[in-house]
Amino acid sequence: MDMNEIKEIFFQECEEQLAELESGLLRLNDGDRDPETVNAVFRAVHSIKGGAGAFGLDDLVSFAHVFETTLDCVRSGRLEPNQDVLKVMLKSADVLADLTNCARDGGSVDEARSKQLIRELEALAHGEMPSHAEAPAAKPVAAPKAAAPAAPAAPVANDQGFVPVAFSFDDFGDDMPVESVLPAYEVIFKPKADLYRKGNEATLLLRDLSRLGEMSIYCNMDALPSLEELQPENAYFTWRAVIKTDKGEDAVRAVFEFAEWDCDLEIKALEEDNGEQSDDESPMTPVPFDLSALFDEPEPPVGLVEEEERIAASEAEAAAAASNVVQLPGTKAADSAKSAPAAPAAAAAAAASAAAAAPAAQTIRVDLDRVDRLINLVGELVINQAMLSQSVIENDTNGTSSINMGLEELQQLTREIQDSVMAIRAQPVKPVFQRMARTVREIADITGKSVRLVTEGENTEVDKTVIDKLAEPLTHMIRNAVDHGLEMPEKRVALGKNPEGTVRLTAKHRSGRIIIELADDGQGINRERVRQKAIDNDLIAADANLSDEEIDNLIFHAGFSTAEKVSDLSGRGVGMDVVKRSIQALGGRISIQSKPGHGSVFTLSLPLTLAVLDGMVVTVANQTLVVPLTAIVETLQPEANSIHSFGANQRLISIRNSFCPLVDVGKILNFRYQAANPVEGVALLVESEGGGQRALMVDAIQGQRQVVIKSLEANYTHVPGIAAATILGDGRVALILDVDAVVAASRGQPLRHENALAAFG
Amino acid sequence: MSAHILTVDDSASIRMTTKIALTGAGYQVTEAVDGLDGLNKAKAGQFDLIVTDLNMPNMNGLSMIEALRKSAAHMGVPIIFLTTESDADMKSRAKAAGATGWITKPFDAEQLVKIAKKVLGK
Repeated sequence: MDMNEIKEIFFQECEEQLAELESGLLRLNDGDRDPETVNAVFRAVHSIKGGAGAFGLDDLVSFAHVFETTLDCVRSGRLEPNQDVLKVMLKSADVLADLTNCARDGGSVDEARSKQLIRELEALAHGEMPSHAEAPAAKPVAAPKAAAPAAPAAPVANDQGFVPVAFSFDDFGDDMPVESVLPAYEVIFKPKADLYRKGNEATLLLRDLSRLGEMSIYCNMDALPSLEELQPENAYFTWRAVIKTDKGEDAVRAVFEFAEWDCDLEIKALEEDNGEQSDDESPMTPVPFDLSALFDEPEPPVGLVEEEERIAASEAEAAAAASNVVQLPGTKAADSAKSAPAAPAAAAAAAASAAAAAPAAQTIRVDLDRVDRLINLVGELVINQAMLSQSVIENDTNGTSSINMGLEELQQLTREIQDSVMAIRAQPVKPVFQRMARTVREIADITGKSVRLVTEGENTEVDKTVIDKLAEPLTHMIRNAVDHGLEMPEKRVALGKNPEGTVRLTAKHRSGRIIIELADDGQGINRERVRQKAIDNDLIAADANLSDEEIDNLIFHAGFSTAEKVSDLSGRGVGMDVVKRSIQALGGRISIQSKPGHGSVFTLSLPLTLAVLDGMVVTVANQTLVVPLTAIVETLQPEANSIHSFGANQRLISIRNSFCPLVDVGKILNFRYQAANPVEGVALLVESEGGGQRALMVDAIQGQRQVVIKSLEANYTHVPGIAAATILGDGRVALILDVDAVVAASRGQPLRHENALAAFG
Repeated sequence: MSAHILTVDDSASIRMTTKIALTGAGYQVTEAVDGLDGLNKAKAGQFDLIVTDLNMPNMNGLSMIEALRKSAAHMGVPIIFLTTESDADMKSRAKAAGATGWITKPFDAEQLVKIAKKVLGK
C-alpha cells in the first residue's frame, strides 16, 4: 500500500464527508436543530481538514479551517444557523468540494470565490468573536476559552494557556551560544498520583531529560511514609535533577510537556559556577540516584513479562506500581471485576449516544475491480451451469435422476449467488441526488430564481455504473427544469403561485427497474413554441397533426432548444437529445408528461443492473434473439380472424377489443424482405417508451432465460435495433433486441441497416 | 516482544498512515474505527499504548479516554490523542479526561514514532 493509494482512500472519505456535510447543512436549513446534526457537520469538515493536513494539502486545510471555526461557533451556540448563515455555509461546502477535487485531479478553483467565502465565513465567526477579529485568515483562530464548558479542575491548574511546543528537541539551541561550559538547569520535579494514572512515567521523563545533556539526579524520599501508612497509588518522591545542556530551557520544559499539569515542576537556570553546589540550599536531603541502573538494563530475566519489566523499571516509585500491577495477567480479571460497575455505566452511556446518532453501517471498502471480476466470474458460472443443464437434459432420458435434482439445486444456488453479487454493486442514488442540490443552488443563483429541491427515495439502490452515468444527464435535466421550466419569482406571484419554485426528484423501484422522476411546478412545455420551432427546423411538416404527447417528445430531437434567449446555462448546444441518448445507452428510457401552467414531469426508467437481463429467447428467421422480459407485457398466438390489414403494409391485431400494430421483427431487422404470416408465429405484446403498445412478431419462443449481457459496442460496434449480445447455454451467441428502437423503426424511423446486416454477415 | 498499540480513528487514511509509521518502527498495531470500537477493543485486549483521534462518531475520543480511565485495568495505559484543535481548551479537556499526551495534526511519521517512544520508553 503506497501513499497514493492511501491518498485515494482519503479522497473517498472526503466524498463521504462532503455528502454528510451537505445533507447536514440541508437538514439545518430545514429547521433541524439537533445538536448531533451540527456535530456531524462539524465533524465532516474537521475530518477533511485533519486528513488534508496529513497529506500536506494546504489550500484545503486553510479553507476547511476557516469553515470549521465558523461551524464551531454554531456548535457552541454562539452563532444561530439562520438562512443567511446556511447560505454561506452551503456555498462553502461547494467550494470545499471543489478544493477537494482540485487536490485530487489537479486543476484550479475559482480563487475569487473561495476568498470571498473565507471573508464571509470569517465575518460570521467574527460577528461573535470580536476579540479575534485581528486574527489573520490562514492562522488558526482559537475559540474563546470562556465559552467552553469548564473543564474538570486539573490537578495542577496552573498554565492552561500553554504554548504548543514542537517535539523535536533538536530544533532548539541554534541560537544558543556554544560555550565550553554549558548552561545548567535545576529541575525540581514532584509527580502527583495523577501522573501515573494518566500513563506517564516519572522514570521515562527523567530518562528523556538525561538525553539532553550531562545530568545528575537526586531523589528525596522524605515524604515516604512507613509501610503501614503507604498508599500504593500515591506519589511520594521528589526528584531534583541538574542538567547541563545547550538545548535551552524550553527543551528542558518540553520533556515535561505531557506531565506538567500532574506534577509540581520548577525549572531554573543555574549560575555557571554553582551548578553542583546548591545541594545544601536544597530543602531536601538528596540521595544520589543512578539512572543508568534503570535504563541500561541487561536482557530481562527469562520469564519476565513486559509489564513486570516495567514495574521493575519504575520500582523506585511505589506509586508507579499501583497503575501497573493491575496489568499483571493474574490480577487483571479481579480488577476488571472490581471496576465492573463503572465500566458498564460508561459503556451504556456510550451505547445510548451511539443509538442517538445514526446506526453505524458495517461496511468494508472493496476495490471495484474485484467486484467486477467476481461478477464476471459469476456470469461465466451462470453460462456454464446453463450449458451443463442443457447437455444433461439432452443426454439423460431419466428425468428424475439425482443428477437432475442436483442440477436444479445448482441452478437455484447459482441464481442466488448472482443476485447477491449484483447487490454488492448496488448503491443508493443518494450521492447523485445530493449533487443535484448543488446544481439547483448554482442555477438558482445565476438565474435569480428561487428554487427548492425536494428529493424522495434517496436510498433506492441501483448498480454503481448506472449511478455514475446518471449524474450528467440528470444535471442537465435539472438545469433545464430551473432555467426553462420555472418562471421568475415575480411572474410566479402574478400567476398566484408560490414565488419559490419546487423541483422534485424522486427515485423508486418498479418491476425490476429504477424509476427516476424529475418534476417541476413551472410553466410546462409551451407546445405552440415547440411546434413552431420544430417546423422552423424542418423536424415536422407545417401541417403535421401531432398529439400533445408527440409535441412534448419533440424536445428530445437533436439540436432542439426552445429558450428564446439562449442563456448561459442551457444554451451550450447540449440538448435533451443528448440526455435521451445517454439514458438509452444505459438501457433506460425517458419520457415527459407536461401540463401547461403546472409544470413538467420527466420520467427515467433504468435497469437495476447492466450485467444481466431476464430475457425471452425467440427465433426469428432462423436467428436466435433475446427480448428483454421487462419490455414484454404478454405473449399471444394470433388467430387469423384477429389480424386486420391497414393501408398497404400495416397490419393490426385486435386484442380484447382494441387494436395494436403488428411489427415483424425479421422484416424490421432485414432478416427477410416479406413479413411472415402472423398466424404461424408468436406475438410479443410490448410497451414502448412512448406508452403505446406494439405486437412484435417472432417465429417461435424457445424459452425464458437469464442472460449475461456482453456489450456489442465494446466488442464490435453499435448495431441499430440490437441492444447487446449474450452467450446462450449451448455456447451460441445471441443478440439482444432493442425493443424501443424496433418500435421506433416501425413508426417509420428507419434503422440504419448496413450495420445490422454486417452483424449477421 | 514488540509493544502493541491500539489506534483509534474514524478516518481510514489516517489509520493507515499511523499504522505504516508505527509498524515501520517495529510496533504491533491494532485499529479501531471509532470511540466505541476503541473502547471495546481496548477492554478486550492488552495494549501498551493507545493513540486516538478526539472527534469521532459513536463516542468521541474524550468519552473513550474517560471510560478507559475509570477501568482499573486501563488506568496506567498511556493514551495519546491526535488533535487538530490548536487551542488549549481541547487539550486541557482531553488531559483532564486522563490522556497521557497529544500529537497535533498534521503530524509526520517521525513525530508520531518519537512520541510513542517517549511514552512507551522503548
